Amino acid sequence: MLRSALSAILALTMTACGGSSDPVATTSNELHVFNWTDYIDPNEVKRFENETGIKVILDVYDSNETLLAKIQSGATGYDIIFPADYMAEQMRELNLLEPIDVAKLPNGKNIMPSMMDVYWDPGRVYTAPYMYGTTAIACNPIDTYCPTIKSWHDFFTTKDPKVSVLKDEMEVVSAALRAVGVAGNDLCTTDKTKFQAAEDLLLGFKPAIIESDGATERMLNGTNTLEHTWNGEVHRMRPQIPDMIYIYPTDGANLWADNIAVPVGAPHLENAKTFINWLMDPKNIAAESNFTGYDNNIVGSDAFMDKSIRQDPAVIPPADVVSRLSPAPNCPQEVRDMYTQVFTTWTSSQ
Amino acid sequence: MSKIVRGRPGQTSPWLAIPTIAYLFLTIGIPLFITVVYSFLQRAKIGMGVTWHFSPKAYKDLFILENLDGTTTFDTRYVKVLWHSFQYSAVTTVATVVLSIPIAMWIATRNESTRNILVAAVTLPFWISILIRTYGLRQIIDDNGPIGWIAHKLGYENFHIIYTPIATMIGLTYVFLPFMILPIYASAERFDFRLAEAAYDLGAKRWTVFRRIVFPSIRPGVIAGIALVFIPALGSFLQSDMLGGGKTNMIANVIALNFTQARNWPFGCALSVLLILLTLLLVQAIRLISKKFGDQVSLV
Repeated sequence: MLRSALSAILALTMTACGGSSDPVATTSNELHVFNWTDYIDPNEVKRFENETGIKVILDVYDSNETLLAKIQSGATGYDIIFPADYMAEQMRELNLLEPIDVAKLPNGKNIMPSMMDVYWDPGRVYTAPYMYGTTAIACNPIDTYCPTIKSWHDFFTTKDPKVSVLKDEMEVVSAALRAVGVAGNDLCTTDKTKFQAAEDLLLGFKPAIIESDGATERMLNGTNTLEHTWNGEVHRMRPQIPDMIYIYPTDGANLWADNIAVPVGAPHLENAKTFINWLMDPKNIAAESNFTGYDNNIVGSDAFMDKSIRQDPAVIPPADVVSRLSPAPNCPQEVRDMYTQVFTTWTSSQ
Repeated sequence: MSKIVRGRPGQTSPWLAIPTIAYLFLTIGIPLFITVVYSFLQRAKIGMGVTWHFSPKAYKDLFILENLDGTTTFDTRYVKVLWHSFQYSAVTTVATVVLSIPIAMWIATRNESTRNILVAAVTLPFWISILIRTYGLRQIIDDNGPIGWIAHKLGYENFHIIYTPIATMIGLTYVFLPFMILPIYASAERFDFRLAEAAYDLGAKRWTVFRRIVFPSIRPGVIAGIALVFIPALGSFLQSDMLGGGKTNMIANVIALNFTQARNWPFGCALSVLLILLTLLLVQAIRLISKKFGDQVSLV
């Protein structure tokens, strides 16, 4: 009795693993996904597994640079990655992405027309759209400083003791450049005086925390009341702090778009295409939006998205602020070095 | 028969050292070599890595800052960060010594079975990932955590240590404490406590007994502990990242930044080489100190 029960359990676990006695079947039925932390719904992954019979193995990273370092070091065995716009372009330039003709996949027709000819992938050969969002300022209404923050300049000169900033040189320095009058389409300027002005502004700014992780948690437990953060985080704070304010600075904010792509040499190329096609289905991508709190760029997904997301001005920018948004800059090395210099000078002056 | 007893102890075949040498060569020698070589190369164009062109620029960048307005000045940024790292490591070392001596002495004076349990207890934290322990500590010393709650109850309204250099040093002390307790305990265990009793009998005061009888006996352990705490503390980055709020930059944070966001591997390597050279100097200093006292410090 006990024995048959045991063997039944064993058989079950074996099938769940794809049958370890049959390595060929195992390899052809897996998909190794490398994603940002907390950026895909585990229940949806299960549904994908049930619908397609492909077993998903998930691994996570915390920044575009970590992703690049891992992929560039070669033979990592990942089939699916989620690079942001500028990173997708750099990976493509380094020949790290597999051309899979995303637009020609059955669900490729669902890509929002305005997101077809993006600078990092004209015609969508390498990448499918995933979530997109903005990086701006969140303020808890209990903070009396909230009404004084209208722009990045206000933010970087605030005396608010509970302010936190992302540990991200591109986000911090581009915001500081906007604060000193650089336009959103000119963030890769080679004008050194602009960087000097941004550095001078930052040197007078001493935030309580410089960290990207745990922004939501710190806002909820009251450590911070004013944060430089991503819009989806604000949406995730709403259950506890419903009237959390998301400020679109008058001097502009960065718009970013994450992508789904396949690294070159992916061992399960066909499964990867199946997965990408599956995520371009309006219903499936809507489920991911509901989980992550970010909007997506798939036509028809609105119908399946939670009302709370579609009506959240933090997730869907109101019409009057859209003109303030511009893509996160992807600058050449010489400019990027100035970003690094300003950021290093600032963090080591704290 | 005579073949079995081939020589005096310590005179066995030198070939037996090959696995150790091979291990050190593979895990320390080669990476160190790559670090030094990379520090003299140019950085790769977009991504990570280097191109194979000789360039001393990384070392120049350590000390000379080309300002945004085109002028050059002496770069104080990395010297400052290094100085901070030294300060934090020094405070951590002093704190662990002060905490460890009583703990180690107390353990050493228990009976054998209790001693074994206590030593196991000291090593228990190693069973849990350092990342999880640091997260745990963050919850505890947070303004909204138990320590903050007690401070507020006691009337310290402005209590705030999380995301300050003090939090970084608390984190370092917490993580490195076992590395100080264990060598001191190893020395204390061999100490004949009857000597202390004899000193008391001869009229010595408590502090005199500690200073002239106990401390000289545990000094090798203390010196070994200092080497085991100060040097790794100097290269730590997790505590300043997670507890210091990303503001109390230590040198390792700057190194990490150059391998990720700043994508300047040669510079990261040059900083690492600088840190290695400073560490070597420290090891030499510790050796000289222990030599001066005539102690045998096996760990250095």
